[in-house]
Amino acid sequence: MRSVEGLTVSGLSVERSGRRLFANLSFAVPAGTALAVMGENGIGKSSLLRTIAGLLPKQQGEVGLRLGRDDDAAPLGERAHYLGHSNGLKAGLTAFDNLEFQRRWAMGDGLPPAAALAAVGLSHCAEFPAGLLSAGQKRRIALASLLTAHRPLWLLDEPATALDQPSETLLVGLLEAHLARGGLAVMALHAPLALATTVLRLGRS
Amino acid sequence: MIAPLVALFGREIAVARRVGSGGLTGVMFFLALITIVPFAVGPDLTLLRRIGPAILWIAALLATLLGLDRLFQADHDDGSLDQLRMSAVPLELVVIVKCAAHWCTTGLPLVIAAPIFGLTFALDGTALASVVATLLVGTPALTLLGAIGAALTASFRRGGLLLAVITVPLAIPVLIFGVSAAAASSTGPVPFLTPFLVLCGLSLFTLAGAPFAAAAALRLTSE
Repeated sequence: MRSVEGLTVSGLSVERSGRRLFANLSFAVPAGTALAVMGENGIGKSSLLRTIAGLLPKQQGEVGLRLGRDDDAAPLGERAHYLGHSNGLKAGLTAFDNLEFQRRWAMGDGLPPAAALAAVGLSHCAEFPAGLLSAGQKRRIALASLLTAHRPLWLLDEPATALDQPSETLLVGLLEAHLARGGLAVMALHAPLALATTVLRLGRS
Repeated sequence: MIAPLVALFGREIAVARRVGSGGLTGVMFFLALITIVPFAVGPDLTLLRRIGPAILWIAALLATLLGLDRLFQADHDDGSLDQLRMSAVPLELVVIVKCAAHWCTTGLPLVIAAPIFGLTFALDGTALASVVATLLVGTPALTLLGAIGAALTASFRRGGLLLAVITVPLAIPVLIFGVSAAAASSTGPVPFLTPFLVLCGLSLFTLAGAPFAAAAALRLTSE
Protein backbone atom coordinates (compact mmCIF):
# COMPACT_ATOMS: atom_id res chain seq x y z
CA MET A 1 0.00 0.00 0.00
CA ARG A 2 2.75 2.44 0.92
CA SER A 3 4.56 1.96 -2.33
CA VAL A 4 1.69 3.31 -4.42
CA GLU A 5 2.14 6.95 -5.34
CA GLY A 6 -1.08 8.87 -5.00
CA LEU A 7 -4.09 9.25 -2.80
CA THR A 8 -5.06 6.33 -0.59
CA VAL A 9 -8.33 6.18 1.29
CA SER A 10 -8.85 3.18 3.51
CA GLY A 11 -11.76 2.17 5.73
CA LEU A 12 -13.32 5.62 5.65
CA SER A 13 -16.57 6.15 7.53
CA VAL A 14 -18.35 9.47 7.64
CA GLU A 15 -21.45 10.52 9.53
CA ARG A 16 -23.33 13.76 9.21
CA SER A 17 -25.74 14.72 11.97
CA GLY A 18 -26.08 11.14 13.09
CA ARG A 19 -26.68 9.73 9.61
CA ARG A 20 -24.05 7.38 8.24
CA LEU A 21 -23.18 8.40 4.70
CA PHE A 22 -20.74 5.64 3.94
CA ALA A 23 -18.80 3.11 5.95
CA ASN A 24 -15.54 1.34 5.35
CA LEU A 25 -14.90 3.00 2.00
CA SER A 26 -11.52 2.24 0.46
CA PHE A 27 -10.01 3.31 -2.83
CA ALA A 28 -6.78 4.54 -4.30
CA VAL A 29 -6.10 7.21 -6.90
CA PRO A 30 -2.64 6.77 -8.42
CA ALA A 31 -0.71 9.88 -9.38
CA GLY A 32 -1.56 11.11 -12.88
CA THR A 33 -5.13 9.81 -12.85
CA ALA A 34 -8.54 11.19 -12.09
CA LEU A 35 -11.37 9.65 -10.12
CA ALA A 36 -14.99 10.52 -10.82
CA VAL A 37 -17.28 10.07 -7.84
CA MET A 38 -20.81 9.50 -9.06
CA GLY A 39 -24.13 8.74 -7.44
CA GLU A 40 -27.52 10.22 -6.84
CA ASN A 41 -28.15 13.50 -4.99
CA GLY A 42 -27.50 13.39 -1.28
CA ILE A 43 -25.51 10.18 -1.41
CA GLY A 44 -22.43 11.86 0.05
CA LYS A 45 -20.25 12.87 -2.90
CA SER A 46 -19.62 16.36 -1.56
CA SER A 47 -19.10 15.05 1.95
CA LEU A 48 -16.50 12.59 0.65
CA LEU A 49 -14.58 15.42 -1.02
CA ARG A 50 -14.83 17.63 2.05
CA THR A 51 -13.65 14.77 4.25
CA ILE A 52 -10.61 14.20 2.04
CA ALA A 53 -9.92 17.95 2.19
CA GLY A 54 -10.05 17.77 5.98
CA LEU A 55 -13.04 20.09 6.21
CA LEU A 56 -15.28 17.38 7.67
CA PRO A 57 -14.26 15.08 10.52
CA LYS A 58 -14.04 11.37 9.76
CA GLN A 59 -15.36 8.77 12.16
CA GLN A 60 -12.92 6.10 11.07
CA GLY A 61 -10.36 5.45 8.43
CA GLU A 62 -7.28 6.97 6.91
CA VAL A 63 -6.72 9.41 4.09
CA GLY A 64 -3.16 9.69 2.86
CA LEU A 65 -1.43 11.40 -0.02
CA ARG A 66 1.97 10.08 -0.93
CA LEU A 67 4.02 11.54 -3.72
CA GLY A 68 7.71 11.12 -4.51
CA ARG A 69 9.72 13.64 -2.53
CA ASP A 70 6.62 14.97 -0.80
CA ASP A 71 6.71 14.74 2.96
CA ASP A 72 3.74 12.88 4.38
CA ALA A 73 3.70 15.09 7.44
CA ALA A 74 2.12 18.15 5.81
CA PRO A 75 -1.65 18.17 6.27
CA LEU A 76 -3.47 17.11 3.15
CA GLY A 77 -5.34 20.41 2.97
CA GLU A 78 -2.12 22.23 2.16
CA ARG A 79 -1.40 19.93 -0.74
CA ALA A 80 -4.86 20.06 -2.23
CA HIS A 81 -7.10 22.55 -3.99
CA TYR A 82 -10.73 22.23 -3.03
CA LEU A 83 -13.37 23.76 -5.26
CA GLY A 84 -16.81 23.37 -3.76
CA HIS A 85 -20.25 24.49 -4.90
CA SER A 86 -19.40 28.07 -4.02
CA ASN A 87 -16.53 29.57 -5.90
CA GLY A 88 -14.77 31.25 -2.99
CA LEU A 89 -14.81 34.63 -4.68
CA LYS A 90 -15.47 37.97 -3.00
CA ALA A 91 -18.26 39.64 -4.96
CA GLY A 92 -16.98 43.15 -4.24
CA LEU A 93 -13.42 42.54 -5.44
CA THR A 94 -12.35 42.38 -9.06
CA ALA A 95 -11.53 39.07 -10.70
CA PHE A 96 -7.88 40.07 -10.68
CA ASP A 97 -7.86 41.01 -6.99
CA ASN A 98 -9.60 37.75 -6.07
CA LEU A 99 -6.94 35.71 -7.82
CA GLU A 100 -4.16 37.91 -6.46
CA PHE A 101 -5.42 37.29 -2.93
CA GLN A 102 -5.77 33.54 -3.45
CA ARG A 103 -2.28 33.36 -4.85
CA ARG A 104 -0.81 35.26 -1.91
CA TRP A 105 -2.92 33.34 0.60
CA ALA A 106 -1.73 30.00 -0.77
CA MET A 107 1.83 31.33 -1.08
CA GLY A 108 1.33 30.22 -4.65
CA ASP A 109 4.17 29.48 -7.01
CA GLY A 110 1.88 29.02 -9.98
CA LEU A 111 0.65 31.42 -12.63
CA PRO A 112 0.31 35.10 -11.76
CA PRO A 113 -3.34 36.32 -11.80
CA ALA A 114 -3.19 37.83 -15.29
CA ALA A 115 -1.81 34.64 -16.81
CA ALA A 116 -4.33 32.50 -14.90
CA LEU A 117 -7.18 34.65 -16.23
CA ALA A 118 -5.79 34.33 -19.74
CA ALA A 119 -5.67 30.56 -19.31
CA VAL A 120 -9.44 30.47 -18.77
CA GLY A 121 -10.07 33.06 -21.50
CA LEU A 122 -11.24 35.82 -19.17
CA SER A 123 -8.52 38.44 -19.57
CA HIS A 124 -11.14 41.01 -20.53
CA CYS A 125 -12.93 40.55 -17.20
CA ALA A 126 -9.90 41.23 -14.99
CA GLU A 127 -11.15 44.57 -13.70
CA PHE A 128 -14.80 43.54 -13.29
CA PRO A 129 -16.11 42.93 -9.76
CA ALA A 130 -16.60 39.18 -9.45
CA GLY A 131 -20.18 39.70 -8.32
CA LEU A 132 -21.14 41.17 -11.69
CA LEU A 133 -19.93 38.21 -13.70
CA SER A 134 -22.15 35.39 -14.88
CA ALA A 135 -22.29 32.07 -13.05
CA GLY A 136 -20.15 30.39 -15.69
CA GLN A 137 -17.57 33.17 -15.65
CA LYS A 138 -17.32 32.96 -11.86
CA ARG A 139 -16.79 29.23 -12.18
CA ARG A 140 -14.00 29.83 -14.69
CA ILE A 141 -12.31 32.31 -12.33
CA ALA A 142 -12.51 29.67 -9.61
CA LEU A 143 -10.84 27.25 -12.05
CA ALA A 144 -8.20 29.91 -12.73
CA SER A 145 -7.44 30.00 -9.00
CA LEU A 146 -6.40 26.34 -9.24
CA LEU A 147 -3.57 27.48 -11.49
CA THR A 148 -2.23 30.20 -9.18
CA ALA A 149 -0.67 27.65 -6.84
CA HIS A 150 0.73 24.22 -7.66
CA ARG A 151 -1.10 21.60 -5.63
CA PRO A 152 -0.85 17.92 -6.51
CA LEU A 153 -4.41 17.05 -5.53
CA TRP A 154 -7.48 18.75 -7.00
CA LEU A 155 -10.78 18.09 -5.25
CA LEU A 156 -13.50 19.43 -7.52
CA ASP A 157 -17.17 19.32 -6.63
CA GLU A 158 -19.15 19.30 -9.88
CA PRO A 159 -16.56 21.49 -11.64
CA ALA A 160 -18.58 21.74 -14.85
CA THR A 161 -21.57 23.42 -13.18
CA ALA A 162 -22.72 26.46 -15.19
CA LEU A 163 -19.97 25.98 -17.79
CA ASP A 164 -20.82 26.23 -21.48
CA GLN A 165 -19.48 23.71 -23.99
CA PRO A 166 -16.22 25.56 -24.87
CA SER A 167 -15.51 26.13 -21.16
CA GLU A 168 -16.07 22.47 -20.42
CA THR A 169 -13.51 21.62 -23.08
CA LEU A 170 -11.22 24.15 -21.40
CA LEU A 171 -11.77 22.44 -18.04
CA VAL A 172 -10.87 19.08 -19.57
CA GLY A 173 -7.73 20.68 -21.01
CA LEU A 174 -6.72 22.05 -17.61
CA LEU A 175 -7.31 18.65 -16.03
CA GLU A 176 -5.30 16.84 -18.71
CA ALA A 177 -2.38 19.22 -18.20
CA HIS A 178 -2.63 18.74 -14.43
CA LEU A 179 -2.67 14.95 -14.71
CA ALA A 180 0.18 15.00 -17.23
CA ARG A 181 2.31 16.79 -14.62
CA GLY A 182 1.68 13.88 -12.27
CA GLY A 183 -1.15 15.54 -10.41
CA LEU A 184 -4.35 13.79 -9.43
CA ALA A 185 -7.96 14.79 -9.24
CA VAL A 186 -11.05 13.59 -7.42
CA MET A 187 -14.26 14.99 -8.83
CA ALA A 188 -17.90 14.69 -7.93
CA LEU A 189 -19.70 14.43 -11.25
CA HIS A 190 -23.17 13.81 -12.62
CA ALA A 191 -22.36 13.83 -16.31
CA PRO A 192 -19.07 12.26 -17.38
CA LEU A 193 -16.39 14.58 -18.74
CA ALA A 194 -14.51 13.91 -21.96
CA LEU A 195 -11.61 12.63 -19.92
CA ALA A 196 -10.38 9.18 -19.00
CA THR A 197 -11.40 8.69 -15.37
CA THR A 198 -11.88 5.84 -13.00
CA VAL A 199 -15.41 5.85 -11.65
CA LEU A 200 -16.37 5.38 -8.03
CA ARG A 201 -20.10 4.92 -7.74
CA LEU A 202 -21.60 5.61 -4.35
CA GLY A 203 -24.87 3.86 -3.59
CA ARG A 204 -27.19 3.14 -0.71
CA SER A 205 -25.95 0.27 1.37
CA MET B 1 3.11 32.55 7.51
CA ILE B 2 3.18 36.34 7.77
CA ALA B 3 2.70 37.01 4.04
CA PRO B 4 -0.68 35.22 3.74
CA LEU B 5 -1.95 37.04 6.84
CA VAL B 6 -0.90 40.40 5.39
CA ALA B 7 -2.76 39.44 2.20
CA LEU B 8 -5.83 38.51 4.25
CA PHE B 9 -5.72 41.81 6.14
CA GLY B 10 -5.53 43.70 2.86
CA ARG B 11 -8.44 41.76 1.42
CA GLU B 12 -10.61 42.38 4.49
CA ILE B 13 -9.96 46.12 4.33
CA ALA B 14 -10.62 46.17 0.57
CA VAL B 15 -13.90 44.24 0.97
CA ALA B 16 -15.07 46.50 3.81
CA ARG B 17 -14.28 49.58 1.73
CA ARG B 18 -15.93 48.46 -1.48
CA VAL B 19 -19.09 46.92 -0.14
CA GLY B 20 -19.73 50.03 1.93
CA SER B 21 -20.81 47.97 4.91
CA GLY B 22 -17.81 48.91 6.98
CA GLY B 23 -16.80 51.94 8.97
CA LEU B 24 -19.06 54.61 7.59
CA THR B 25 -22.31 52.73 8.25
CA GLY B 26 -21.16 51.90 11.77
CA VAL B 27 -20.35 55.54 12.50
CA MET B 28 -23.69 56.68 11.06
CA PHE B 29 -25.49 54.17 13.29
CA PHE B 30 -23.42 55.41 16.25
CA LEU B 31 -24.43 58.98 15.41
CA ALA B 32 -28.09 58.00 15.03
CA LEU B 33 -28.19 56.31 18.44
CA ILE B 34 -26.47 59.22 20.14
CA THR B 35 -28.70 61.77 18.47
CA ILE B 36 -31.95 60.18 19.63
CA VAL B 37 -30.96 60.06 23.30
CA PRO B 38 -31.21 63.82 24.01
CA PHE B 39 -34.58 63.79 22.25
CA ALA B 40 -35.73 60.95 24.45
CA VAL B 41 -34.50 62.22 27.84
CA GLY B 42 -35.00 65.91 27.22
CA PRO B 43 -32.63 68.88 27.23
CA ASP B 44 -31.42 68.42 30.81
CA LEU B 45 -27.70 69.14 30.50
CA THR B 46 -26.80 67.86 33.96
CA LEU B 47 -28.52 64.57 33.31
CA LEU B 48 -27.01 64.26 29.83
CA ARG B 49 -23.54 64.96 31.17
CA ARG B 50 -24.01 62.27 33.80
CA ILE B 51 -25.30 59.56 31.43
CA GLY B 52 -23.23 60.67 28.42
CA PRO B 53 -20.29 58.26 28.82
CA ALA B 54 -22.67 55.34 29.37
CA ILE B 55 -24.70 56.19 26.27
CA LEU B 56 -21.53 56.50 24.17
CA TRP B 57 -20.43 53.09 25.38
CA ILE B 58 -23.78 51.41 24.73
CA ALA B 59 -23.88 52.99 21.27
CA ALA B 60 -20.34 51.74 20.58
CA LEU B 61 -21.34 48.23 21.69
CA LEU B 62 -24.40 48.19 19.43
CA ALA B 63 -22.53 49.71 16.48
CA THR B 64 -19.80 47.09 16.85
CA LEU B 65 -22.32 44.24 16.97
CA LEU B 66 -24.15 45.63 13.95
CA GLY B 67 -21.31 44.92 11.55
CA LEU B 68 -20.07 41.73 13.10
CA ASP B 69 -22.71 39.31 11.84
CA ARG B 70 -21.05 39.19 8.40
CA LEU B 71 -17.54 38.67 9.83
CA PHE B 72 -17.49 34.94 9.09
CA GLN B 73 -20.90 34.49 7.51
CA ALA B 74 -19.82 36.22 4.30
CA ASP B 75 -16.81 33.91 4.02
CA HIS B 76 -19.02 30.92 4.80
CA ASP B 77 -21.53 31.87 2.11
CA ASP B 78 -19.07 32.53 -0.70
CA GLY B 79 -16.92 29.50 0.07
CA SER B 80 -13.75 31.37 0.97
CA LEU B 81 -13.94 30.06 4.54
CA ASP B 82 -13.01 26.63 3.14
CA GLN B 83 -9.85 28.12 1.64
CA LEU B 84 -9.03 29.78 4.94
CA ARG B 85 -9.55 26.53 6.84
CA MET B 86 -7.45 24.40 4.48
CA SER B 87 -4.37 26.58 4.84
CA ALA B 88 -1.27 25.95 6.91
CA VAL B 89 -2.06 29.19 8.73
CA PRO B 90 -3.78 28.43 12.06
CA LEU B 91 -7.43 29.42 12.13
CA GLU B 92 -6.81 31.29 15.40
CA LEU B 93 -4.49 33.72 13.59
CA VAL B 94 -7.07 34.08 10.82
CA VAL B 95 -9.60 35.11 13.48
CA ILE B 96 -7.19 37.66 14.98
CA VAL B 97 -6.39 39.18 11.59
CA LYS B 98 -10.04 39.36 10.57
CA CYS B 99 -10.91 40.97 13.92
CA ALA B 100 -8.05 43.46 13.54
CA ALA B 101 -9.25 44.44 10.07
CA HIS B 102 -12.83 44.68 11.31
CA TRP B 103 -11.77 46.85 14.22
CA CYS B 104 -9.82 49.15 11.90
CA THR B 105 -12.88 49.66 9.72
CA THR B 106 -15.59 49.90 12.41
CA GLY B 107 -14.05 50.25 15.90
CA LEU B 108 -11.41 52.83 15.12
CA PRO B 109 -13.82 55.22 13.32
CA LEU B 110 -16.06 55.08 16.42
CA VAL B 111 -13.14 56.01 18.66
CA ILE B 112 -12.25 58.90 16.37
CA ALA B 113 -15.87 60.09 16.15
CA ALA B 114 -16.59 59.73 19.88
CA PRO B 115 -15.18 63.14 21.02
CA ILE B 116 -17.24 64.95 18.39
CA PHE B 117 -20.43 63.10 19.27
CA GLY B 118 -19.62 63.44 22.97
CA LEU B 119 -20.16 67.20 22.63
CA THR B 120 -23.91 66.54 22.29
CA PHE B 121 -23.82 65.38 25.92
CA ALA B 122 -22.03 68.54 27.08
CA LEU B 123 -19.04 66.49 28.21
CA ASP B 124 -15.99 68.52 29.23
CA GLY B 125 -12.44 67.92 28.04
CA THR B 126 -11.45 65.42 30.72
CA ALA B 127 -14.62 63.40 30.25
CA LEU B 128 -14.17 63.34 26.47
CA ALA B 129 -10.57 62.22 26.85
CA SER B 130 -11.50 59.40 29.21
CA VAL B 131 -14.35 58.24 26.96
CA VAL B 132 -11.96 58.12 23.99
CA ALA B 133 -9.29 56.31 26.02
CA THR B 134 -11.73 53.69 27.30
CA LEU B 135 -13.26 53.14 23.86
CA LEU B 136 -9.81 52.80 22.32
CA VAL B 137 -8.93 50.08 24.81
CA GLY B 138 -12.37 48.51 25.11
CA THR B 139 -13.72 48.26 21.55
CA PRO B 140 -11.14 45.61 20.53
CA ALA B 141 -12.53 43.45 23.35
CA LEU B 142 -16.06 43.99 22.02
CA THR B 143 -14.95 42.97 18.52
CA LEU B 144 -13.18 39.85 19.80
CA LEU B 145 -16.12 38.79 21.98
CA GLY B 146 -18.44 39.43 19.06
CA ALA B 147 -16.23 37.24 16.90
CA ILE B 148 -17.15 34.24 19.09
CA GLY B 149 -20.82 34.92 18.44
CA ALA B 150 -20.12 35.56 14.76
CA ALA B 151 -18.32 32.23 14.48
CA LEU B 152 -21.18 30.40 16.20
CA THR B 153 -23.75 31.94 13.86
CA ALA B 154 -21.61 31.79 10.69
CA SER B 155 -23.80 29.20 9.00
CA PHE B 156 -27.16 30.77 9.88
CA ARG B 157 -29.06 32.79 7.33
CA ARG B 158 -30.17 35.45 9.76
CA GLY B 159 -27.68 35.21 12.56
CA GLY B 160 -27.45 38.91 13.36
CA LEU B 161 -29.97 38.97 16.19
CA LEU B 162 -28.72 35.72 17.64
CA LEU B 163 -25.20 37.12 17.53
CA ALA B 164 -26.32 40.09 19.63
CA VAL B 165 -28.10 37.82 22.10
CA ILE B 166 -24.97 35.70 22.51
CA THR B 167 -22.52 38.58 22.69
CA VAL B 168 -24.23 41.15 24.89
CA PRO B 169 -24.01 39.06 28.10
CA LEU B 170 -20.32 38.38 27.40
CA ALA B 171 -19.73 42.10 26.97
CA ILE B 172 -21.18 43.05 30.38
CA PRO B 173 -17.82 43.10 32.25
CA VAL B 174 -16.25 45.21 29.51
CA LEU B 175 -19.20 47.59 29.65
CA ILE B 176 -19.09 47.89 33.46
CA PHE B 177 -15.42 48.79 33.65
CA GLY B 178 -15.44 50.84 30.46
CA VAL B 179 -18.30 53.01 31.65
CA SER B 180 -17.01 53.37 35.19
CA ALA B 181 -13.61 54.53 33.92
CA ALA B 182 -15.18 56.80 31.32
CA ALA B 183 -17.57 58.33 33.83
CA ALA B 184 -15.00 58.65 36.61
CA SER B 185 -14.26 62.29 35.90
CA SER B 186 -17.90 63.35 35.72
CA THR B 187 -19.54 61.23 38.40
CA GLY B 188 -17.57 60.58 41.29
CA PRO B 189 -15.49 58.99 43.87
CA VAL B 190 -14.19 56.17 41.67
CA PRO B 191 -10.72 56.97 40.31
CA PHE B 192 -10.12 56.66 36.57
CA LEU B 193 -7.11 54.41 36.65
CA THR B 194 -8.46 51.40 38.59
CA PRO B 195 -11.36 50.49 36.27
CA PHE B 196 -9.25 51.51 33.27
CA LEU B 197 -6.56 48.98 34.14
CA VAL B 198 -9.18 46.28 34.68
CA LEU B 199 -10.55 47.19 31.24
CA CYS B 200 -7.06 46.82 29.73
CA GLY B 201 -6.81 43.44 31.45
CA LEU B 202 -10.18 42.35 30.05
CA SER B 203 -9.10 43.34 26.54
CA LEU B 204 -5.87 41.38 26.82
CA PHE B 205 -7.77 38.43 28.25
CA THR B 206 -10.21 38.37 25.32
CA LEU B 207 -7.29 38.74 22.90
CA ALA B 208 -5.76 35.64 24.46
CA GLY B 209 -8.95 33.58 24.69
CA ALA B 210 -11.49 34.66 22.10
CA PRO B 211 -9.52 33.59 18.98
CA PHE B 212 -9.39 30.01 20.27
CA ALA B 213 -13.09 30.00 21.08
CA ALA B 214 -14.02 31.54 17.74
CA ALA B 215 -11.77 29.17 15.78
CA ALA B 216 -13.24 26.15 17.59
CA ALA B 217 -16.74 27.42 16.87
CA LEU B 218 -15.86 27.90 13.20
CA ARG B 219 -14.57 24.35 12.89
CA LEU B 220 -17.81 23.08 14.42
CA THR B 221 -20.30 25.22 12.54
CA SER B 222 -18.76 25.29 9.10
CA GLU B 223 -18.84 21.54 8.64
